Parts: sequence; structure tokens; C-alpha cells
Amino acid sequence: MATFVDRYPEEASVVKACLTVAFVSLGIGAFFGLVQALHRTGVVRLFSSVDYYTVLTAHGVLLALVFTIFFLLGLFTWAITRSLERPLPNIRLTWAWVGLAQAGTVATAAAILAGFVPDIGVSADVLFTFYAPMKAHPLFYAGLAMFIVGTWLAGADWFLAYREWRKDNPDERIPLQTFMVLTTMLMWYLATIGVAVEVVVFLLPWSFGIVETVNPLLTRTLFWFFGHPVVYFWLMPAYLMWYTILPKLAGGRLFSDPLARVVFVLFLLLSTPVGIHHQYLDPGIAEGFKFIAMTNTMFLLLPSLLTAFTVVASMEHGARQRGGEGRLRWLGALPWRDPAFTGMALAGLMFAAGGFSGMINAGMNINYLIHNTLWVPGHFHLTVGTAVALTMMAGSYWLVPQLTGRKLYSRPIGLAQVVLWFVGMVFMSNAMHRAGLAGVPRRTAEPQYNSFDFTTTMGSIEELQLQIAVGGTLLFVSVVLFSFNMLASAIEDPVETPVDDRLPAPLSGADGSPRVLDNLRLWTAIAVVLVVLAYTLPLASIVQDAGLFGNVPGVPMLIGNFVESLAGVIA
Amino acid sequence: MEIHAYEKLWLGAALLLIVGFIGTVAFGAVGAGVDMIDDDGGTVDPGALDQHPKFGDPGVYQSGPNEYDVYVVAQQFQFQPGTAEAIEVPVDSTVTFHVTSADVIHGFEVVGTNANTMAIPGQVSTFTVETDEVRDHGIVCNEYCGSAHHAMEGTVKVVPDDEFNATDGGA
Repeated sequence: MATFVDRYPEEASVVKACLTVAFVSLGIGAFFGLVQALHRTGVVRLFSSVDYYTVLTAHGVLLALVFTIFFLLGLFTWAITRSLERPLPNIRLTWAWVGLAQAGTVATAAAILAGFVPDIGVSADVLFTFYAPMKAHPLFYAGLAMFIVGTWLAGADWFLAYREWRKDNPDERIPLQTFMVLTTMLMWYLATIGVAVEVVVFLLPWSFGIVETVNPLLTRTLFWFFGHPVVYFWLMPAYLMWYTILPKLAGGRLFSDPLARVVFVLFLLLSTPVGIHHQYLDPGIAEGFKFIAMTNTMFLLLPSLLTAFTVVASMEHGARQRGGEGRLRWLGALPWRDPAFTGMALAGLMFAAGGFSGMINAGMNINYLIHNTLWVPGHFHLTVGTAVALTMMAGSYWLVPQLTGRKLYSRPIGLAQVVLWFVGMVFMSNAMHRAGLAGVPRRTAEPQYNSFDFTTTMGSIEELQLQIAVGGTLLFVSVVLFSFNMLASAIEDPVETPVDDRLPAPLSGADGSPRVLDNLRLWTAIAVVLVVLAYTLPLASIVQDAGLFGNVPGVPMLIGNFVESLAGVIA
Repeated sequence: MEIHAYEKLWLGAALLLIVGFIGTVAFGAVGAGVDMIDDDGGTVDPGALDQHPKFGDPGVYQSGPNEYDVYVVAQQFQFQPGTAEAIEVPVDSTVTFHVTSADVIHGFEVVGTNANTMAIPGQVSTFTVETDEVRDHGIVCNEYCGSAHHAMEGTVKVVPDDEFNATDGGA
């Protein structure tokens, strides 16, 4: 029996090209993560704390943007092709967006990494949120713009494939995986308007010197217009795998197809009009606007809570198909030796924990206690750092063999890898949350100060630092094992059936559900209205405060600037 | 569309949780009077802070009996006042902080408390706290602001009434 690579060889090459970029970024980004964990905790300081911020920028950009989104590009290409059961309409267009996104990534990565060599004069130590008036080299912004245009073209490619399919299948329901890809991309088009305007209209001309000043609150608000929905752009590939692949790996079938559609529609509607919840502590935005963003945010809990139900129900169904019995004893009947299953299940478990700390973040008043403390990266290492990243790695154990026609090199190594990630993250994330409660800030090279000491309600700061260092080391070892397993799998001999790639139909199919669920125009229109309602007044008042282009000159993030500033402080 | 009975129950519980969360925050703001950062601090010209009546000479200003205003300028890589000289306020008083930035975006966090705000050039953050205990608090910048970000710190001293000298700290 043939697998994906035999049926769609060109598309398999595209997916492989995307995943290769993703995995290389994962390896480099994880190494930088290890360096940071050891540096901040004072265990090993390989270089000066000035370079810490270059490492941190690279870690954030390579993992949060490049690894996750290139994996998405690959996974969605696979999902569209297999669920529409036809090749992509124009493979040259496909390769064009792959090339554009890759070129953008190289440009941005080069601008960041050049920060290690001051003599080059190129630097982008602005972190992945790149808040103006901190200024990066134009190459950083230009690369970012190319990368985003690449993702837009990818979406266009998938919509064209869907249109071709629709011509031949006028009355059919949209296949579930295609539905997930299309709704996610509609959300992405809406969300990226914010960052596109921020980069193309304001930051790029300003970094070239065409425009002198910026309005920092405006660019920051445009960033978060994009910066929150981007987390769902990372999460939706994981959801796609939890809904359509995990039930099969568990030995069963998806519980409900219509509810999966409802969940994706809710994400399309609610992902974007929430970005201001990252700005609860910003001056210049009225409390009422923040309250609207919070209300939308809280309702975003709904699709994730529904997903928790469906995922657990599908796993229980699978376990019972495999002979599992009892109220909880069925858990023992699940295929825990399969790294793809175990990794996704552990990722789901951690996502529940991340959901709880996210509820604290979302609470507009208690957020003050943890805003910009280490609690926040503690939170998102559970969500994007585990729910997304671990699901992607686990999913690769099942997906990659379909792309190469070769078996996975080692299942036991895969199993050790996903468990190691889980254990490492328990240590690191737990300690980060607790350190955040003690007030330890995020994004800093040396969280030890001259004028005061942090106090913890239980345990000690030293114990927390040890946990972060040990956790970070385990996570890095886990990525090394993953990379080794992927490389070793690439040189296995090709086989006829490298993996069982059939996906069974859901228990309740789409047929019984209202057709309006598939009305993408309607949902897009409502999503646009919600964004207009949430953002028009805040943006208008921010522009009224300081003008479109503001009155704040740029502050380049260069070493020279640092020396001058330090001299200023000492004088 | 067929929805399983358990799933309906779960859906109902989820909605209840969400409405409950929104309710507690709304109650906190309206009923319990939890103050949050708003837009009422107004704007300043970040290039001309030295000509501002208060930010031009930042520090502690008395505004009434047991009421004080503290003006703080955050800039790479210090708080003024806070870093070179501590911010000193008397115990059992109501203190309103006014924080702005002279260059990039900074954070102003009184460590281990919910006195926490962003400092954005051109904008003024205001928030009010009650000082109920004589002790020193650390201040950190919690937003990355450049290569010596980790060195940006300061102190708030809450002192007994008789030790408080209104001429310290710039007023």
C-alpha cells in the first residue's frame, strides 16, 4: 500500500522542505534556549550579558516564528492535499511561497545573528516583539515582511486548491482538515493586517530614515493586534493533529466532526479582537477598551475547553476499542509505547496546566501581579513551548515516514524524547511560574540586583534557579534526541508501508450538522466586524494622542549605543 | 446536530466559568475599587521632559494631608528618582505614581506587589497605592530596554512619618 510520498511526490517534497527549515530552527533555537537557561540562573555564563539579548532574540524568533510556522506550512500542505485527495493546482506557485518565506527567514536570522559581531554594524537585538522606538537594522523588518507575504501566498495556494475541488464537488461538505486549514488562514489574513501595517507603513520607512519618528504606543498596539492571534496560528496545527490524528493513534475515531468545526469557527471569530489584553498595563488605552478585550479573551476559553472534552472523549473511545474498561482503568489500554501518541497526550495535559495560568494572565486585575515577570514565559512554555512544540515533534514521528517512505529509526528513542520534554518542562515551567510570583522579571540576563533580594513564599530562589537550569538542560537533550532520530530516519531503506496512514471517519460526521458552519464568508464578515468594534476607538485615540508617526525618534540597538548609555549612567 | 449529553453539561459549565471570571473582574473594578492603568495620565512631549512642570524635576510632591504624588522618569538604564536616590514616601499615606519614559519602552515594577506599569514615551501612567508598612521595596524595569536592561533597578523606601523629609527626592 502506497503512502503520501507515492501518491503526491511533488507535494511531499514541499512538505519536507518546510519541515527541514522548521527542524533546523528548532535545533538552533533550542541550543540558544539552553544557553539562556544556564546564563540567567548563573550556572554557566559563556559570554557577556549584552549578548544575552542577541541570543534571546534569536531564540524567540527561531522557535516562536520560524519553527512553528514552517511546521504549519508543511502540515497544512499535507492536510490540504490528502483531505482534498488531489495535488496542488500550481506547484510553481507552491515553490514560490516556500522560497519567499525561506528567503525572508534567512534575512531576518542574518540581521539578528550579525549582532554577535559588532564590526559588521548590523544588529537586531529587539526581541521578537520588536517594540519601537528600539530600532533594528532594515534587513530585520524586510525579512519579516517577506516571510509574512510568503505565508499569505501559501494561504492563497490552499484556497485555489479548495476552489478547484469545489468545482468538481459542488454539494459536498468541506473535508474537515481542509476546513481547519481554511478557517485558520482566514484568521491569519485578518491578524497579519496589524503587523503588515506596523512593519511596512511605520517601521521599515523609519529604519531606512525616510520617516524620523514613531508613535510607540501605536506600533505596540498594532503588534499585539497580530501578536495574540499569532499564538492561535501556532496552536491550530496542534489542534488539527489532536482532532484528526490523535484519535486514530489512540485506536479510535474523532468524537464529533461538527463540534470540531464550531471550535475552529470560534477561533476565527475571537482570536484577533483580544490583543489589547497584552496591554492591560499600558497607559493611553482606556479601561473600557481593555475590558472589551478581556471579555473576548475569556470567551476564547470556550473553544479550548470544548477541545479538552473532545480530545479526552476520543481517547477514551480509542481505549475502549482496544479493550480498555472501568472508569479510569481504560487509560492503561492506550498505546503508551507509541511516541506519537504519548507525546501528543502529554502535550494536551500540559496545555490544560497552561490554560489555568493563562486564565490568571487574562484576569485584568490579577494580571498586575505577574505582568512581565518570569511567570509569563513560564506560561507560554506550556502552551507554545509544549502544547504546540511537543505535539509537532510527536506528530512528526507519524507524519515524516509518509513523506520519506522510510520507517522511523527508533520508537524507543522517540518515546524517551517526548517523556524527557515533559519532565524537563515540568521543572522549568513550574519554577518560572513561582519565580514570577516572587517578582523576578522576564527578558533579563541577570535577575539579581544590588538594592534588594527576591523573597519566595516557599522554597528559595536558588532552588528555583536550579530547577530552571536542570529543566532547560533536559529540554535541550530532548531536542538533540529528536534531531538525531529524524536524521537517522532519513537514511533508512525505503519500504512499502512505513506507517499506517489511514484516518478513520468521525463517530458523528459532518452530515448532520447545519450547513451554515461551512459558510466561510459569513464567519469572516463577523470576525471583521468584531475586530472593527474592538480596535477602531482605541486606535483612534492613540493616533489622536501623538499623531500617526508620533514624536519619538528611534533608539538603535547597537553595542556602540550601549557604551554611550552606560557612560551616561556612570556620569 | 447531535451533541452528547455530557458535552452539553461540559459546555454549560464552561460558559458558567467564563461568565464567572468576567463577573469577578467587573466586581473588582466597580465594587471593590481595584484601580487599573487607564488613559487618564494624559500625554507629554518625550523630547521636552525637562520643561515639564513636574517631570522636569521628578520626585515626591505632597498634594494633601497624607497624600503624595511621585513623578518618575524611566530612561536607559535608570529610574529618576529611584536608582541614584531612593523614592521615599511616608507610611500610612496615599501615593499616586506618575511614570513616563524619556527614550524606549520600560517597565516599572515594585517587586512582589501589583504596583506594576509600562512606561511608554509620550504617555503617562498613573496608579495609586496605599503604604501600610515601613519597609524597603525593590523596583525593576521589567521590559527589555537595551543592552544593560538587567542593571536597571531602584528602591522605594516607606519610612515612618517622623523620618519623612519632604525635601528629599526632589520636592
